[in-house]
Amino acid sequence: MQMPVPDPRILSQKDALVGALRKVLPGDAVISDPAETRAYECDALTAYRCPPMIAVLPASTAEVSAVLRLCHLYGVPVVPRGSGTSLAGGALPTADCVILGVARMNKVLERNYPDRFIRVESGMTNLSVTGAVEEDGFFYAPDPSSQLACAIAGNIAMNSGGAHCLKYGVTTNNLLGVTMVMMDGDVVEIGGAHLDPGALDLLGLICGSEGQLGVVTEATLRILPKPEGARPVLIGFNSNEVAGACVRDIIEAGVLPVAIEFMDRPCIEATEAFAHAGYPDCEALLIVEVEGSDAEIDEQLAVITGIAQRHDPVAVRQSQSAEESGRIWLGRKSAFGAMGQINDYMCLDGTIPVSELPTVLRRMSDLSDEYGLKVANVFHAGDGNLHPLILFDANTDGQLDTCEAMGAEILKLCVEVGGCLTGEHGVGVEKRDLMTHQYAPADLEAQMAVKDVFDPAWLLNPAKVFPLDTSDARRA
Amino acid sequence: MLRPESEAELAEMIRAAHAPLAIRGGATRGLPLPGEALDTTGLHGIRLYEPGALTLVVGAGTPIKEIDTILAEKDQRMAFEPMDHRALMATQGEPTIGGVTAANISGPRRIQVGAARDHMLGVRFVTGTGDIVKNGGRVMKNVTGYDLVKLMAGSFGTLGVLSELSLKVQAIPEAEATLILRGQDMRTAVADLTRAMGTAFDVSGAAWLDASASDGGGERRIRVEGMAGSVAYRSERLADLLGADHVATGNQSAVLWQQVRDVTPFANRPGTVWKVSTRPSIAADFCGALTSRGIAHSVIADWSGGLLWLSLDAEADTQDAGAAAIRQELARYGGHATLIRANPDIRAKVATFQPQPPALERIAAGLREKFDPRQILNPGLMAPL
Repeated sequence: MQMPVPDPRILSQKDALVGALRKVLPGDAVISDPAETRAYECDALTAYRCPPMIAVLPASTAEVSAVLRLCHLYGVPVVPRGSGTSLAGGALPTADCVILGVARMNKVLERNYPDRFIRVESGMTNLSVTGAVEEDGFFYAPDPSSQLACAIAGNIAMNSGGAHCLKYGVTTNNLLGVTMVMMDGDVVEIGGAHLDPGALDLLGLICGSEGQLGVVTEATLRILPKPEGARPVLIGFNSNEVAGACVRDIIEAGVLPVAIEFMDRPCIEATEAFAHAGYPDCEALLIVEVEGSDAEIDEQLAVITGIAQRHDPVAVRQSQSAEESGRIWLGRKSAFGAMGQINDYMCLDGTIPVSELPTVLRRMSDLSDEYGLKVANVFHAGDGNLHPLILFDANTDGQLDTCEAMGAEILKLCVEVGGCLTGEHGVGVEKRDLMTHQYAPADLEAQMAVKDVFDPAWLLNPAKVFPLDTSDARRA
Repeated sequence: MLRPESEAELAEMIRAAHAPLAIRGGATRGLPLPGEALDTTGLHGIRLYEPGALTLVVGAGTPIKEIDTILAEKDQRMAFEPMDHRALMATQGEPTIGGVTAANISGPRRIQVGAARDHMLGVRFVTGTGDIVKNGGRVMKNVTGYDLVKLMAGSFGTLGVLSELSLKVQAIPEAEATLILRGQDMRTAVADLTRAMGTAFDVSGAAWLDASASDGGGERRIRVEGMAGSVAYRSERLADLLGADHVATGNQSAVLWQQVRDVTPFANRPGTVWKVSTRPSIAADFCGALTSRGIAHSVIADWSGGLLWLSLDAEADTQDAGAAAIRQELARYGGHATLIRANPDIRAKVATFQPQPPALERIAAGLREKFDPRQILNPGLMAPL
C-alpha cells in the first residue's frame, strides 16, 4: 500500500509539538515514546501498519479543539481514531501524523425518552449506547458485528450498518446531531434533537466522510422502543441461486424482516466445525428474522415459509424457543471467527442489486477457480451487502498479493453489475485505489471540493478515500 | 424559459448561462425565485424499476403521479409519502421527483421511515459550472466516498440541478388503521403521541390538529400499518393504552393522513404558514410562548409534535409575520422555522430559511462557492447574497 512520504519538516518538529500538546492536555494523554505509539500502528486491517509520530487521548471537546488548533498551527496531519476496529484501514496512521483517539470520551450526556434520543460522547461503544437505554425498553438500532468494541465516532465516520439495518437503516438514518471540531479548532453544532435540517444537510455529509471533514466529539442518536419479541427461521437450499431467488421473492412479497442473512457451503462447514450450531447439510442457508408479538411473528413467518416452500428447501426450521434462536444466530455470529481459525482471510464489503445475487455468486466462484483461492460467503442478503471472505495463507509467499488482486476483481464485478465497492466498511486505504472504477474524475472532484471547504489544507485523515495521484495537488 | 430534454443539454444550458436561473420542476411550492426559469420536466422517464430489489431509477422531471401509478401496479410506493403542496399553496402544475428530493420533502411517515433523503440511493446532477456528477448508486447500502446524495437532498437546487434519482421503494402494507380521539388539548395530545412512539407498536403516524383545523375541538390521530392481524392487534393495544373514540381503517384512514400530509386544513385559511421542526416534548410550551407574545395561530402537529404547521391569525399576520419571535423562541428550544406561504410584502422582508450560526453559514457558503461559483443556481434562496 502506497502512503505519502513522511514530511521531514513535520518530523523535525516533533519535540516542539509534544511540548505544546503537554500544555493543553494532561501528561498521560500525550504519547510520544515510539515503544508506546506502536499500539496505534494499525486498526483491524492488520496487513498495513505504521506507528504514528504522536498519539493523543483528549477527554473533552475543549481538549480536542486545543489539539486540532495546535496541529493546524504546526501543519501536522491528524488521524482520528475511535476504537480502531476499521476493516478498511480508516484509522491507519502516517509516520508524520498525530493519532487522535476519542476513547476517553465515553459518557452519556442526556437521555430523553419522550423525544426518543440519547446524547453521548463519541468514544462510547456502539453496544454501550443500547446498554444505557435498554432497561427502559429502548435500543440504538445500527448493530455492526464489532459492536462490543467499535465506537460511535467510528460508526459515524464510516456510516456503519449491521445485520438489522434492513428494517432500521444505517447510522446516517439514526443520527440526529453532532458536535464536531473543525481542523482549525472551531467547534460547530450540526443538527440537534429535531428531525430534518432547516438548511443544507451537513449532518448527512459528515456521516460517512471517514473522519476527513472534522472530529465528531458528541452525537445525538435516535433510539427506538424494543420490539415485543423476535424470532428467526433457518432455511436451507440446494444451491446459491435458489437461495438468492428466495430472498428476492421475500422482499417483493412486502414482508419486511429485520434481517435476511446468507451463508454458503464453505462458510456453513467452517462454522459447523467451530460453533456446532447444528446447521443442515446444504449449499446455502438463509436466516430470516422477524419481530413483533408472538401472533405477529407467526403471521409474518407463515408468509416467509410459504415463499420458501416454493423454492424446494432442504430444511425449514422455525425457532421454537429463545435457546433455539440463540443457536440459529450462533453460527452466523461466529462465522468470521470460525473462518479465522482455519485460514487467514480478507473480508470484502461490495454491495450489489439483490437481483444480481445469483450472477455474482456464480462469477465469484469462477474467479475463485481462476486465482486458486477459496471464497466463503456470509452476508446481509436482504440489502445485497456481500461479505465474501477470500481465504489465503499469509505465510505463503505471494498469497496476500494474489488475494488482493482477486479481491479487486470481485469489487470491480460488484460495480459492473450496478453495485458499489463498499456497503458499510468504508473506503479507507483498502479500497482507495479502486475509487476510479466507480467514479469518473468529475465525481471525485465534487467529493474533494467538499473536503476543500472543511479542511482546506487536507490535514485530516490523510491518504484515505481518494487515490493518491488524484489528491496529490491538494495535499501538497 | 429553458427546458432541457437531456442531461447533456442541461449541462450545456448551465454552462451557457450568465444570469441567475430559477430551477423548477412542477413549480408547485411557490418559492420566491428570481431569474430565468429552468424547467426540468423534460428530464422525464422511468429508467429502471426492479420491484424485487425495491429500486427505482427515474429522470428528475418525472411527475410524482406517474411514479405513484407505476409503483402501485406492483403494490409498492414511496414510503416517505411526500407532501403535495398544491392545495396549501394554491398552485397548479405536477409535482416532480426532482422537486421533492431537492427540497427533501416527506410526510407523516417521517417518524417511522425517514424523509426523502433516507430513500435516495443515488443522484446525478449538473453543478453550476456545468459539470455532470454522479454520487451513490442503486444499492441499499453504499459508503463508497462522501455522501453527496444527502447534500443534494434539501439543497433546493442551489448546489446543482438534479437530473436523475435512484430511490428505494416499499411494498404497500396489507392494512392500516387510525385511532381517533377528539377534544384533547395540545399538551395532553402530544404527551399521548410521544407515549405512542415509545411503544413497541411501530406507529407510522402521530398527529394532532387543533380546534380550527379539525372538528370536535382538537383531534388526535395515531396510525399503524402492516399485515392485517398485526394491525388489528396493535390498534387494539394502543386503544387500551391511550383511548380512542373511533378507529378508521383502509381508505378512510388513508384520507386522514393525506390531509395531514398536505396540510389541507390550512388551504382555506388565508395568510402566512410556517413549518417548524423541533422536539415534540416542547411543542406545547413553544406554541404557548408564541400566543403570549401576541402571535395567535392555528396549529397542526405532525411527527408526534416534532413538526408544527402554524397558520397565523389575521391580527398576528403583520410586520414580519412573527418571524423574529418564532425564530428567537426556537433558538431557545432547539429547531428551526421555514416560511412556507406568505404574501409578497412578507416574502420581501423575511428569509425563507432560518439563518444559521455563522460557523455553519461559512461552511454552506463555501460549498455554494465550490458547486456554483458564478451564483446562478437559485441564488439567494437559502442564504442572502
